[in-house]
Amino acid sequence: MNTQAIDGPKPLVEARDVRKRFGANLVLKGIDLRVERGQVMCLLGPSGSGKSTFLRCINHLERVDGGRIYVDGELMGYREHGDRAREMKPGQIAAQRRSIGMVFQRFNLFPHLTALENIVEAPVGVARRSKADARTRGMELLERVGLTDRAGMYPAQLSGGQQQRVAIARALAMDPKLMLFDEPTSALDPELVGDVLNVMRDLAKSGMTMIVVTHEIGFAREVADQVVFMDDGVVVESGAPTDVISNPQHDRTKTFLDSVL
Amino acid sequence: MTDEIVSTGKASPLAPGLRTAGTHDVAATPLRHPGRWVAATVLIALCTGWMFSLWRNPNIEHLTIADFLFDGRIVRGVLLTVALTGCSMALATTLAILLAVMRLSANPVLRVMSWAYTWFFRGTPLLVQIVFWGYLGLLYQTLTLGIPFTSIQFASADTNVIVTPFVAGLLALGMNEAAYASEIVRAGLLSVDHGNVEAAHSLGMSPGYTLRRIVLPQAMRVIIPPMGNETISMLKNTALLQLIAVPELYTQTSWISAQNLHQVELLIVASAWYLVLTSVLSVPQYYLERRYGRGTDRSLPLTPWQRARRLVSRVRTRVSQVARTDATTEGDA
Ligand SMILES: Nc1ncnc2c1ncn2[C@@H]1O[C@H](COP(=O)(O)OP(=O)(O)O)[C@@H](O)[C@H]1O
Ligand SMILES: [Mg+2]
Repeated sequence: MNTQAIDGPKPLVEARDVRKRFGANLVLKGIDLRVERGQVMCLLGPSGSGKSTFLRCINHLERVDGGRIYVDGELMGYREHGDRAREMKPGQIAAQRRSIGMVFQRFNLFPHLTALENIVEAPVGVARRSKADARTRGMELLERVGLTDRAGMYPAQLSGGQQQRVAIARALAMDPKLMLFDEPTSALDPELVGDVLNVMRDLAKSGMTMIVVTHEIGFAREVADQVVFMDDGVVVESGAPTDVISNPQHDRTKTFLDSVL
Repeated sequence: MTDEIVSTGKASPLAPGLRTAGTHDVAATPLRHPGRWVAATVLIALCTGWMFSLWRNPNIEHLTIADFLFDGRIVRGVLLTVALTGCSMALATTLAILLAVMRLSANPVLRVMSWAYTWFFRGTPLLVQIVFWGYLGLLYQTLTLGIPFTSIQFASADTNVIVTPFVAGLLALGMNEAAYASEIVRAGLLSVDHGNVEAAHSLGMSPGYTLRRIVLPQAMRVIIPPMGNETISMLKNTALLQLIAVPELYTQTSWISAQNLHQVELLIVASAWYLVLTSVLSVPQYYLERRYGRGTDRSLPLTPWQRARRLVSRVRTRVSQVARTDATTEGDA
């Protein structure tokens, strides 16, 4: 059953032939990807190519129609019964998601909670940590993203860049093994992008495994261990940033890179 | 402000050029509204006349009103009215949340059941529902808790023992209101950004936890104002329970007036109490709206209590300042 155990150290994330359709629209046409522990994978591709959908399949925000996704050797969202996979109960899916942090393009902070309350909510309510511990850890995380002085503010009182950094801290508070970023800087004013990218760069340096959907080619070139170019629901090419970004092999990749650079 | 500008104008007769150049004189003359004064005078005269006619009406005994305003039966009726309103709204809100969640669920059976409930309870008159619950004992002599279509029974009791007039009224009002309130709750739930639900799920929160801690608190902001309205309606609808002899405020007044024949006086007593109660209801609403408005306004306005305290502290510092300057001037003298 656990085939990865045989062929050496298993990757943290492994996607095998992932397929997903919305109605008649086949959005993911068999994605195969591996992300090793502590590595950063940047996912590039034109709008509508299925990047967000793939990311959302990883933590089962979307149901896959075929294929398998393993995170740390665990099949996401399903229980295997021989050949067949049966979807898990909502409580079990929720438990699986706790080890995967996600950062959204539109921040999605809880507007009725302050920055610190946003961070503390899941550790206290879901992971059953003590309030005092969670708050101490929350303040540490706020310090890490440079927002200690904003702990008591509501999201509406923060700039976009500050909201996104709180959102990153909120995801980190659950001590995830893996962080997913879906265009984290696309909704930001240009002068605020740098702060968020710096936080992500530090996070990568600290050894966090990350999958980042982004249009920031400079960031991908500098931080990524692996760059994947997706188009129309398939992986067109993947490899080291120097190969894919500086020396693309496929016309579609070249056209895309020309358009964003 | 106006005086100042006019006086500066007058004070500088040597510079007429300045006056015409300044735009202040023109802007300072407000538009006059003589029509408003006429309308207000007429309305005030009409109201005063009507109040006076009530006061001088020989058919109204004002002392009777005063006598009964705090009569023991009336006060008990008021308390029961308040209890009925509170309990029915609690029942209605609980049911409404359940119905709204069912209506938004992916399960078609739950959706249809919720829809059918709303269809039935909104589609028949409240008065009919009240009478129905009041006469439940005629329909079912005993109430039995057990498994349908089997002979297994856990408990059984006489209907009229369990469904007292109070319980019948509570069920009638609460279940009817739930049908309306469920639409209010549904609108509130739909008003919450779906991105928030996804963020909650991505943090490993279960659907139930997400509803309780993330979605409902945000929905409250949209739910509370119309629910305030519904509570006021409910308070007044409790008077309909006179039909099934629940001894609430209006029933008590009707029983008293049936004995002493002071119908008008007792209606005034009841109306006065209903007005007081509906006015008082706006206070908890204000505080609830404040509580659930957190994070939406950039800064919350002060509560009347906070404003009063600030005024007191301001007056106090003023007084101490004056006292201090007095002391220094005395010292100088
Ligand atoms: N919930 C949905 N329902 C129907 N179609 C969807 C849904 N989400 C995404 N799609 C479609 O899937 C395709 C891929 O979308 P997405 O993964 O968001 O692309 P990307 O993130 O690369 O821009 C698009 O054609 C989009 O219209
Ligand atoms: Mg996208």
